[in-house]
Amino acid sequence: MQDSGISILFKGVNFQRLMGGLWVTLRIALITIGLSVVLGLAFGLLMLSRRKALRAVCRAWLEIVRFMPQLVLLYLVYFGFARLFGWDLDGETSAVIVFTFWGTAEMGDLVRGAVSSIPLHQRESAAALGLTPLQAYRHVLIPQTVRRLLPQAINLSTRIIKTTALVKMINVTEVLKVGQQIIGQFYRLREAPFWVYLTIFILYFLICWPISALAGRLEKRWA
Amino acid sequence: MDWSFITAHVPDFLAGAWVTLRFGLYGVACSVVLGLLCSLVLAYRVPVLRALVRAYVELSRNTPLLVQLFFLYAGLPRIGIRLSAEACAVVGLAFLGGGYMAEAFRSGLEAVDRTQREAGECIGLTLPQTVRYVVLPQAFATAAPAVFANMIFLIKETSMFSVLAMMDLMNVADTLRTSGGRTIEVLSMLVIAYVAILLPVSVLATLVERRMRYAGFGHQHSV
Repeated sequence: MQDSGISILFKGVNFQRLMGGLWVTLRIALITIGLSVVLGLAFGLLMLSRRKALRAVCRAWLEIVRFMPQLVLLYLVYFGFARLFGWDLDGETSAVIVFTFWGTAEMGDLVRGAVSSIPLHQRESAAALGLTPLQAYRHVLIPQTVRRLLPQAINLSTRIIKTTALVKMINVTEVLKVGQQIIGQFYRLREAPFWVYLTIFILYFLICWPISALAGRLEKRWA
Repeated sequence: MDWSFITAHVPDFLAGAWVTLRFGLYGVACSVVLGLLCSLVLAYRVPVLRALVRAYVELSRNTPLLVQLFFLYAGLPRIGIRLSAEACAVVGLAFLGGGYMAEAFRSGLEAVDRTQREAGECIGLTLPQTVRYVVLPQAFATAAPAVFANMIFLIKETSMFSVLAMMDLMNVADTLRTSGGRTIEVLSMLVIAYVAILLPVSVLATLVERRMRYAGFGHQHSV
């Protein structure tokens, strides 16, 4: 009897292998998100600085990393740095560097947007009520900023997760690569590629969808 | 820098840029049409279709293009659906972009006040006429910044066409890099080529946005 191919997912440890590959992407995404949030908060404050030159430098950084396709940036670091500086970075490290540069800039822009969307009268009203600046931050300004920032930051993290799929192109053995290895091993199963790629598609969806749904809900509730 | 290498390979990059630009634009055009149709279904709450469109928008926005392309190009042929690389590129980009464009247009449509539609009805316009002459022009003006941002995002995403064995910019660069060993020259040309494509698009987007604002579409005029 002809095998339909879906069985490839459950042959041996194939499913565990795919999950292992997925973990490689997720690990890169999680490290990137962690670094981007911390560095992005600082970057956002720099973007709000009173010094024009500093703001201009930050703006230039943001525009440059936003302008270039992620894949080009990955190539520049992975292939270019090795050639220029002799740094032989592995794929995962290059990916974390590139995505963090990008994530930090995007996160910083979100922080800037959230902070500057708080009207000045909020600060003044807090002062009029007799709150100290520290109290004003604690009870008035930070809560409002967080409400604007959090949904967008959560959305950014799904973008980072989706972008990490690109690491396949710089020779990281992530879920697509593992999928190809499995397909190669079971090349006799004609429909195997269909089921493997469909599974990877669904896996990404199952990770990103709940996160962006959460962001959407928070946005609606706090709007 | 090996200038003779660079001048010798300018035609390769021009050819690659043409592939990137051409299929990027096809994809963008299909995304705009698909997204607009989807947004109308969502905004006017067309029964049944609405649930389908919602599912589609979530699927397209929560999965990476790279995975979508692998599924289209390497998965689908195994169950008898065979698309050329070029068709996969356009279908993939339209699948991804349609979801993003739908969201952009939907928020534009929702920003148009209900009274506009009622006013259209009052002066005897049919629903399609109201949509065409009253609602859409205003919705476009509000949606324009998001739509243009999506266009630039989609053109950047074309960098993934190289997995489809298309000779786009990325693939041209990859081929030259692996064969010639002139990594720095190749990467520099790659960056310049993307700047040459993306810069005019983003300048054009800014100009059109500004013009639409001058035209005063979508602004609330007091009666």
